[in-house]
Amino acid sequence: MSIFLNENSKVIVQGMTGSEGSKHTARMLASGTAIVGGVNPRKAGTSVDFDGTSVPVFGSVADAMKETGADVSVIFVPPPFAKAAVIEAVDAQIGLAVVITEGIPVHDSTYFWAHAQGGATRIIGPNCPGLISPGRSNAGIIPANITKQGKIGLVSKSGTLTYQMMYELRDIGFSTAIGIGGDPVIGTTHIDALQAFQDDPETEAIVMIGEIGGDAEERAADFIKANVTKPVVGYVAGFTAPEGKTMGHAGAIVSGSAGTAQAKKEALEAAGVRVGKTPSETAKLMREIVGA
Amino acid sequence: MDLFEYQARDLLASHGVPVLPGGVADTPDQAEAIAREIGQTVVVKAQVKVGGRGKAGGVKLADNPEDARARTQDILGLDIKGHITQRVMVAQASDIAEEYYFSYLLDRSNRTFLAMASKEGGMEIEQLAVERPEALARIPIDASKGVDSAKAAEIVDAANFPAEVRDQVIAIAVQLWDVFAKEDATLVEVNPLAKAPDGTVLALDAKVTLDENAGFRHPEHAALEDAAAADPLEARAKEKDLNYVKLEGEVGIIGNGAGLVMSTLDVVAYAGEEFGGVKPANFLDIGGGASAEVMANGLEIILSDPAVKSVFVNVFGGITSCDAVANGIVSALEILGDEATKPLVVRLDGNNVEEGRRILAEANHSLVTVVDTMDGAARRAAELAA
Repeated sequence: MSIFLNENSKVIVQGMTGSEGSKHTARMLASGTAIVGGVNPRKAGTSVDFDGTSVPVFGSVADAMKETGADVSVIFVPPPFAKAAVIEAVDAQIGLAVVITEGIPVHDSTYFWAHAQGGATRIIGPNCPGLISPGRSNAGIIPANITKQGKIGLVSKSGTLTYQMMYELRDIGFSTAIGIGGDPVIGTTHIDALQAFQDDPETEAIVMIGEIGGDAEERAADFIKANVTKPVVGYVAGFTAPEGKTMGHAGAIVSGSAGTAQAKKEALEAAGVRVGKTPSETAKLMREIVGA
Repeated sequence: MDLFEYQARDLLASHGVPVLPGGVADTPDQAEAIAREIGQTVVVKAQVKVGGRGKAGGVKLADNPEDARARTQDILGLDIKGHITQRVMVAQASDIAEEYYFSYLLDRSNRTFLAMASKEGGMEIEQLAVERPEALARIPIDASKGVDSAKAAEIVDAANFPAEVRDQVIAIAVQLWDVFAKEDATLVEVNPLAKAPDGTVLALDAKVTLDENAGFRHPEHAALEDAAAADPLEARAKEKDLNYVKLEGEVGIIGNGAGLVMSTLDVVAYAGEEFGGVKPANFLDIGGGASAEVMANGLEIILSDPAVKSVFVNVFGGITSCDAVANGIVSALEILGDEATKPLVVRLDGNNVEEGRRILAEANHSLVTVVDTMDGAARRAAELAA
């Protein structure tokens, strides 16, 4: 098993014909992902060749789903058009929308998050590297050749720290590694991923990577205490990051937390999570747990 | 991007929110001219992006234009919690009968927007929230619906605003939402929202934070940036599209991906404890594609920082392959020539790492040391900077 993405996932790409979209579609195909189509209303009916694999282009997400049975969309659409692209995916009731696009205004992401409530779509991102269930499917931009299928689940705000941790533990392997993105408003949280890993029989232990800002890690710590029986190790980046020059403290009132790396580390440790000082030390803690 | 009070005031006024007449002045002459035009008692306010201006002597009343000039002279150059006052706002002074509070903000925990309102404004709102939370109404706002008159009435009634100002505050709440939504703000906070003795409700002070990601639909927001405040190295980095933040330390940092770079700062500071408290000198994320040009631009900025004693290049080859990064470093050093004078510790891992390390070994540059692990490389860079 894996979470959110498996060998049966049929993936379409919104923004497949753009430069980022086409580069990463080729990479996803090369790593064995079932890419069944792209979406571009101006190029509907055409197809794009990726090293000998012909991928059809559809006029809409709904058309692509009807023709191919797609259940995952990876979105590379540029910021000015990303909101409409996510809304289209949600309205077509696709199961999973992975929003890679960086730089989406927070009014747009807050809008599409609100729009998706009560619907059929799980959103991952925006501003994220996507997710990979190694050896099965890869939806996004995570390099597929770092590691193999295995028993660790990984959830992280940061892309490159995801890759670093997959590399550190590459001999053990991962059920799923998911980069949820560092934007203020994201579709899938640490808690969502922790719950899914807890329920996934293949995942034996979980690595959680957080960073400064917001209170997602503190909330995740509470969740772990109450609901997660599998071992969790953690890493938090941003101890030396400069304090933002925020004027209004209204945000801090709402979150009830300073959002510092230290506060997050303490919250996780209080929940029984062992927190490493560096990514390598965190990987060592995981090795002690899984005995490898 | 946080705005100055005068910028926030102008933005609010442009959406119809009632404010008092006034203007911004860089010099005592300008302040005098504005006060003359207003023609009555004015308040001279230091324009700094920090609270506690009043206590620091940054807010003064002036009865006439000459007095406004003198007060401006006092306030310009004033150090308010480390912020040097460069500019003042001169506004018509208002008697205040009552002070209220009103804000819209992003509530990231609940992934929604939030209105906060209280009929007890003026004071520090953090204090009110802790001491008398029941006096601060908090109403979530559905981002897909926004705030119309009915929603505004719900907020105003939840906060128990006095009946005689209810309609005015509802109208202002709708206008403030207009500012929040149409300007892509993440915070619009009015404190105080004041009732004048004649019963008129006005926004007397405001804080606004704009979302820089939304710059593509607000080209006019670029003019609101405070170029004077930026560190000169940060300003140069920005010209070259580099994501650079100057810090107080000795180890220059270059990495790819914000999370990995933040982690690199921590690991260097952690290793630096062993060498008398050596710290990272900057944050620099060169992103996914570490081309020779980007690497050269980044190195050039970091090497021109006199505080830097060693440089740590920490790259995980995910999408970019390590051979391309290694070639980038070698060409960057060629481009920089004699300007490159400080030792570089390079740690490469990931995609095509053997080839990357081979390229660096072959170039055999006298300044470059390759270390295989992130922790080991951080330790070496800290040692070289000690």
